[in-house]
Amino acid sequence: MAIKRNKNNARRSPYAAILVILAGLLVSGGGYAAANAVVSAKSETPYSAQDIKTGNQLFLANCASCHGRNAEGTKAAPSLIGVGAASVDFQVSTGRMPGAASGPQLMDKPAQFTEQQIKQLAAYVASLAPGPAVPTSNLDPTAGNSTRGGELFRINCAMCHNAVGAGGALTEGKWAASLREASPKEIYEAMLTGPQNMPVFNDANLTPKDKQDIISYLTYVQNNPSAGGDELANLGPVAEGLFAWIFMLGGIVAITIWLGAKSN
Amino acid sequence: MSNATAKAKKGGFLAGTANYLDERVGVAGILKEFGRKVFPDHWSFMLGEVALYSFLVLLLSGTFLTFWFQPAMTPVIYDGVYGPLKGASMSVAYASTLDISFEVRGGLLFRQIHHWSALLFVASAGLHMLRVFFTGAFRKPREINWVVGFGLFVLGMAGGFTGYSLPDDLLSGNGLRIIDGMIKGVPWIGSYISSLLFGGEFPGESIVARLYSLHIMIVPALILVFVAIHLFTVVIHKHTHYSGPGRRDDNVVGYPLMPVYVAKAGGFFFIVFGVIALVAANVTINPVWNYGGYDPSPVSAGTQPDWYIGWLDGALRLAPTHLEFVIGHNTLSMNILLPLVVGILFSVLVAAYPFFEAWVTGDKREHHVLDRPRNAPTRTAIGVAGMTFYAVLWAGAATDLLATNFKLSLNQVLSTMQIMLIVLPILGYIITKRTCLSLQRKDREIVLHGRETGRIIRMPHGEYIEVHEPLEEFEAWKLIDFKDYAPTLARPNAKGKITIRARIRSGFSKFYFEDRVAPVNALELKAAHDHKEIH
Repeated sequence: MAIKRNKNNARRSPYAAILVILAGLLVSGGGYAAANAVVSAKSETPYSAQDIKTGNQLFLANCASCHGRNAEGTKAAPSLIGVGAASVDFQVSTGRMPGAASGPQLMDKPAQFTEQQIKQLAAYVASLAPGPAVPTSNLDPTAGNSTRGGELFRINCAMCHNAVGAGGALTEGKWAASLREASPKEIYEAMLTGPQNMPVFNDANLTPKDKQDIISYLTYVQNNPSAGGDELANLGPVAEGLFAWIFMLGGIVAITIWLGAKSN
Repeated sequence: MSNATAKAKKGGFLAGTANYLDERVGVAGILKEFGRKVFPDHWSFMLGEVALYSFLVLLLSGTFLTFWFQPAMTPVIYDGVYGPLKGASMSVAYASTLDISFEVRGGLLFRQIHHWSALLFVASAGLHMLRVFFTGAFRKPREINWVVGFGLFVLGMAGGFTGYSLPDDLLSGNGLRIIDGMIKGVPWIGSYISSLLFGGEFPGESIVARLYSLHIMIVPALILVFVAIHLFTVVIHKHTHYSGPGRRDDNVVGYPLMPVYVAKAGGFFFIVFGVIALVAANVTINPVWNYGGYDPSPVSAGTQPDWYIGWLDGALRLAPTHLEFVIGHNTLSMNILLPLVVGILFSVLVAAYPFFEAWVTGDKREHHVLDRPRNAPTRTAIGVAGMTFYAVLWAGAATDLLATNFKLSLNQVLSTMQIMLIVLPILGYIITKRTCLSLQRKDREIVLHGRETGRIIRMPHGEYIEVHEPLEEFEAWKLIDFKDYAPTLARPNAKGKITIRARIRSGFSKFYFEDRVAPVNALELKAAHDHKEIH
């Protein structure tokens, strides 16, 4: 035992821990910087100075009370510096922002701003710091591979959103939204920005092609209702069981009562 | 029989055929014995029939499916018509299920008929069990038939589970993974059993073929045998009937099997088949194409078993976490073992109930007249408590859907249900027992004083009374014809000693019959009538 310990004394050296931490920091920090470089490679803006100015006014009137006058964030809401135009476009166009009420999660509702105004808000937030831009390519569902998209969806998304995007429960009153109505742009933006409780699937994680395949799969299941008839909201065996008890057995019991009734 | 031969000669084709058969297999004797069996008329006696007919539909539709289904886990590249799976790698079993759904003519309809009738089979069997329980139809001489029926319910669950695990899609694979996990959670022997069942490490390559053998041969054969025993026993015991004038423990009041019930039951089969076909043609069940082929890594949100396995899934979800003990090299994970123990214990209690009640009452008489649930308050209350316990476990399998659809917090739904699992059965017991006793008191009141008519009349001497309409004797019979048990005392045995067993039994007897409302007896009835005349 003693001999063995002597052999390994480099590991016991007081500098060993520092060296290991240094190496770890270099690897993780370098890797993060590299990944970030991939994510924020493109940052050319399609917005005019006028867009940014009007966006700033809209922001001050509608968003600043929670997000701060310079979008720096308050106790009530996070900073928007660096979230990018895609995030603003997603949150505002699906009606999640401005939020109707604080709660475990913001609900989607009819959009509160016009497309023009959403664009101006996005322009303002994008002008604060670089961030993901509103996607313009890889949105065509017909150009994607739905088989591959289905597989990626089941591996990355179905555990929260259900196999066909019917939605599902998260902890403490939060939920994964139903994707049955989501448009290709919304799906893309959600993956890119990770709204609310959703993780970010950046381009290093799911490439734009992967995202397009997922959009292609979801669009297929949105547009092609089940060949077997009514889908019972795609809730699976619970809905099927309730249907069997209430409508099938309930219907048959009603028939037995009719058959067993004495004729008057 | 000898003069039947002589008569048949001039009877034409039908009589000739009947005679031919009678002389060779004794049809007349069989028909005489069997065809004149009397069956009473009541809607609740048809629930078991629904189960039987859905089983027949299962056999028919299942046979159709075996022509195309291939129970192999060999990987293939799918090249069928369903777009979002074209080119995907999957097992032969899943590919053939997709082919049945999309390419075999009528395949999807038959798959849906098969699956819907499976749900209906277990549901109607369950409802039938509840009818038998709450009317006391399990009492002597039918205790063993109760156990046979219970066996059928369990076999129905087994048939269902082995069936929905066959397509080898993501949903069924997740279900198998849970079973695998539960088996592995059994200390010492779990991992060996799992390895034996799956032919190595999960999922292996043989489980679908094994489940297939169970699903199409062993389970249905056992169900057939149990159904035969179940029905044969019904013929031997004769059917029970509800109380009414002329209905006693030594007779059956109803119509003969031939021709009334054969026609009724035959027609009813087609009604049940019709309902199943109607639903199967219009409502999707188990859309396997949505789930994709099985891959052990993903799990979809909203992954639940079919309803009859739901209560066990609920037990798994509601079990308290972080309860683990380490003994030697084994971890006893109580969040797996507790649901197993609860499931087995609950099943044993259900199966053994008739014997327990017979022991408590000490009643060795045969019972062919059914109880109205209110006239056995403690049994009815125990039944409701059991149902509530089962229902909470059952709803426990849908915690996530309850949370999302009613905008609740998943964690709060879960802890509420954990509390409800204990509290609701107790509340259910108390409320049911009190309700039964009140209904019994109401029955007494009606028998003794008639129904309130709401008509107030003034007597010649100025008194106002409400006119009570006396009950017809036919109606009154139903309200007073029930057995009344009183608590028994613990008696000493032959050696003059009161055993612990006797004390326990008398304790239970007190628990059952201490609170009771006795049926109206002849004296009370007479007194009530005399009293009325004085008015």
